[in-house]
Amino acid sequence: MKGYKRFSRSFMWLEMACVIVLLLSGCAIAVIHQDAPRMDQITGAGSTFDYPFFSRAFYAYADGPEHLQVNYQSIGSGGGIEQFIRQTVNFGATDVPMNDSELQQARSAGPVEQVPVALGAEAITYNLPHIRQRLHFTGRVLADIYLGKVLRWNSPEIAKINPGIRLPSSQIVVVHRSDGSGTTYIFTDFLSQSNQIWAKVVGTGKSVDWPVGIGGKGNTFVTQEVQNTPGAIGYVELAYALTAKMNVGMVQNRYGSFVEPNLHSVTAAARQFAHVTSRHFSIVNAPGKDSYPICGYSWVLLYEHQTNRGVGEAMTRLFSWLVTSGQSYAQSVDYVPLPQSVKRLAQSLIKRIAYHGQPLLQ
Amino acid sequence: MKSIWSAWSKNQLDRLFSSILLTFCLVIILIVGTIVYELVSRSALAILHFGFHFLTGQVWDPVHQVFGALPFIYGTVVSSVIGVILASIVGIATAILLTQYGSWRWLDLISILVELLAAIPSVVYGLWGIFILAPWLRQSVEPILNRGLGFLPLFQGQGYGVGMLAAGIILAVMILPTITAVVRDVMQAVPNELKDGALALGATKQEMVSLAILPQAKRGILGAIMLALGRALGETMAVTMVIGNRPQIAASLFAPGYSMASVIANEFTEATSKLYESSLYEIGLVLFLLTVVFYSLARLLVWRIRLQMRVNA
Amino acid sequence: MSHRLLLWRRLKNQVFFTLLVFMSLIALFPLFNILWYVISRGLPELSIRFFTRLPGPVGMVGGMANAIVGTLIVVSLACLIAIPIGVGAGIYMAEYADDRFAAVCRFLADVLSGVPSIVAGLMVYATVVIWMHSYSAFAGALSLALLMLPTLMRTTEQMLLMVDTSLREGAFALGATRFQTTVQVVLPTAASGLITAVMLSIGRVMGETAPLLFTAFGNSFWQDGLNAPIAALPLQIFVYATSPYPQWQAQAWTGALTLLAIILVINIAARAFGRGKLR
Repeated sequence: MKGYKRFSRSFMWLEMACVIVLLLSGCAIAVIHQDAPRMDQITGAGSTFDYPFFSRAFYAYADGPEHLQVNYQSIGSGGGIEQFIRQTVNFGATDVPMNDSELQQARSAGPVEQVPVALGAEAITYNLPHIRQRLHFTGRVLADIYLGKVLRWNSPEIAKINPGIRLPSSQIVVVHRSDGSGTTYIFTDFLSQSNQIWAKVVGTGKSVDWPVGIGGKGNTFVTQEVQNTPGAIGYVELAYALTAKMNVGMVQNRYGSFVEPNLHSVTAAARQFAHVTSRHFSIVNAPGKDSYPICGYSWVLLYEHQTNRGVGEAMTRLFSWLVTSGQSYAQSVDYVPLPQSVKRLAQSLIKRIAYHGQPLLQ
Repeated sequence: MKSIWSAWSKNQLDRLFSSILLTFCLVIILIVGTIVYELVSRSALAILHFGFHFLTGQVWDPVHQVFGALPFIYGTVVSSVIGVILASIVGIATAILLTQYGSWRWLDLISILVELLAAIPSVVYGLWGIFILAPWLRQSVEPILNRGLGFLPLFQGQGYGVGMLAAGIILAVMILPTITAVVRDVMQAVPNELKDGALALGATKQEMVSLAILPQAKRGILGAIMLALGRALGETMAVTMVIGNRPQIAASLFAPGYSMASVIANEFTEATSKLYESSLYEIGLVLFLLTVVFYSLARLLVWRIRLQMRVNA
Repeated sequence: MSHRLLLWRRLKNQVFFTLLVFMSLIALFPLFNILWYVISRGLPELSIRFFTRLPGPVGMVGGMANAIVGTLIVVSLACLIAIPIGVGAGIYMAEYADDRFAAVCRFLADVLSGVPSIVAGLMVYATVVIWMHSYSAFAGALSLALLMLPTLMRTTEQMLLMVDTSLREGAFALGATRFQTTVQVVLPTAASGLITAVMLSIGRVMGETAPLLFTAFGNSFWQDGLNAPIAALPLQIFVYATSPYPQWQAQAWTGALTLLAIILVINIAARAFGRGKLR
């Protein structure tokens, strides 16, 4: 008996440790059960291009009548496609629709519907604190900057298209994405169309072998690196540059005029391509006097055959809301509402989504 | 309680207990086996496709499906070596102060504070790196180094703030507690007779340290460096946030680089082609092998000394 | 001549000492610098809202309530997995195993401790996440448990080996079985050291970010059970730290302050338990 007592006393310490662990796990379990009226939650991943729009829209949607929480993690378009193929997420989002080989990989889970949900512009943003005017860029010069041929801000190539602006002699710090990104695809698509050498040496892709520069993960980090580095230049979705109050340059379009990215110029560009599909998706370098040349659609990836009725129904309702009245959230963060023709396309695609052959959306 | 105890015979209980514990040991074996198997089998495609060129290739181009890991290996090794050099200079000096000037009242405090560095999470170091360290390097340190030592290729070119140097410095701070603690233990293990002997012969403290202590502690110090190197190689978040994420091999420390752990963190979730994914697994495998090698070396060099000290204590 | 030599040696000694003190100050500088910025930049955003609200959408301010709870959940789960296995295996190595088996286990623990945290995440993704078709709190916990295991094993073993053999012999002489000896004599003697080891390893994994990237994944809402993605404080700090929005950056500092406070409390508690037995 005496031995037992000593045993228990010296064991007190271990017990206390157990208590702490139990407390921790207890609170864990309590929290899990605390969500008693359990809200449904679905998970999506992908494009950081979409993120400002999605985060606003989904935040509002969670408070809406559906009470559906959409956990969207912006890991980049490449990540969105891969995680969608792996089926670790309910939906993916990407600024470049899946290509044939990617669709082939997803085949085991059935056909894929790629629904356009957002239309936005890419801003050329730069960090030159002493310059008040908006700088002008051309695709050619941008390609030369990203190829490492134009090294300083006051080099003749830039000075020529920016007459009257006293450019600093500082070195240009090129910032690009380090992860696979639809933003990169749209940007390199534009550069390839504007500059032969770029097309040959680097090409178009979600992640390319960059000749120069520093890399950042996601639109957010690229924006931040530009923000933090004097003399830096980067390409980001417009919402990032505007929300962070950064300089946005004007870019020369195919017509020859310098245009700034905004509702008007992106709408003008989108109007030139009324019939986008997931195969013909590029709206870069649009003709027309007012068109902004670097913009694109963003797409949500959904399996046509849903395996869970509840999730399928929730998602079809979510996305048919997102492409219609949800578009108002797009405008509030400087995206452009989808044109009518694209809206119709999106709705028809969502209607195809089915559970055991039954369409989920009535 | 009592009834449960008595329902089992003593020996049965003993056997049950030991077999449960044995299962736990086997779980460890299973885990290590799984890790090695998964890493090797999943990187098999890249190993077969690129062979040894994977380790020497300098191009990392997902568009054209060409994957060479050399820039990442280079970035990892160079940033870690910078970190280890800086940390060992400071760490060894601190350890000497801690062990050989024992009468000083502040020493305990210094020791505790340095160890606190180990408690700071990687992501907090990264946060500090982005907002404090990188701007400081860009505005003050790099221009000065460039002006003073610009004739060396190491300090040429424009400093962005983020880059190899920033990664190296962050790593140095992160591994400083490891080096300091291990070197301190190693130095404490040096027999007192040697110290007393040196002092009795009229040596100054400095002579005692450099003639009696350091030669004895050499092996252990090397071990501490290996251990720190192993730790630095695998560091991910803080490095990703400040290294610049650019796969290149540049002589200048100001230039951005990339590390093996960072490329996995940045690109792993999105590797859509089989070869791309396999290449990332192979980078994981290389990283794993490197750290295991350094950890084992460190164990060989340090373990005996530390154990001996514990037994003595 | 000899007088000058003596002076020279004294000077060298003085310079050496000054250098050492200088180096130690350099060693302390980063700590104070980091703590200063974490506190001074973290305090302004510290509010009730930070602890009770969900993160806001882009450009709007919310809190990190889900991330703080998420971290606690993931780490508790990791403890539930790692502590029994790690401590159990350590006991077996110290008390039961023959030398050769113990050496094998020790070697494997060393190999495991060499696994970089990002590779631990990679492995859990490759096995658990792909198999479960979902990121989850459970996967996150598993990756953290992988990082805790080797330290727990080795320190448990060491703690037990430090227990005087005569205690065990005494127990055996009284007719105790190995089980009784271990549980009633050896473990209680080593208990405070064990608790320190456990708590230090908890503090270590609490701030891990890299393995959670592909396992816990993050969540902008409350977690929907343990087999769904979950938010974690380090992940949230990472996302906010790399954002271009001033409010988010400010909250990243507040998150860092919170995380650091939790970890420091655990560390101090560990030291209080250890009473200097384990460094």
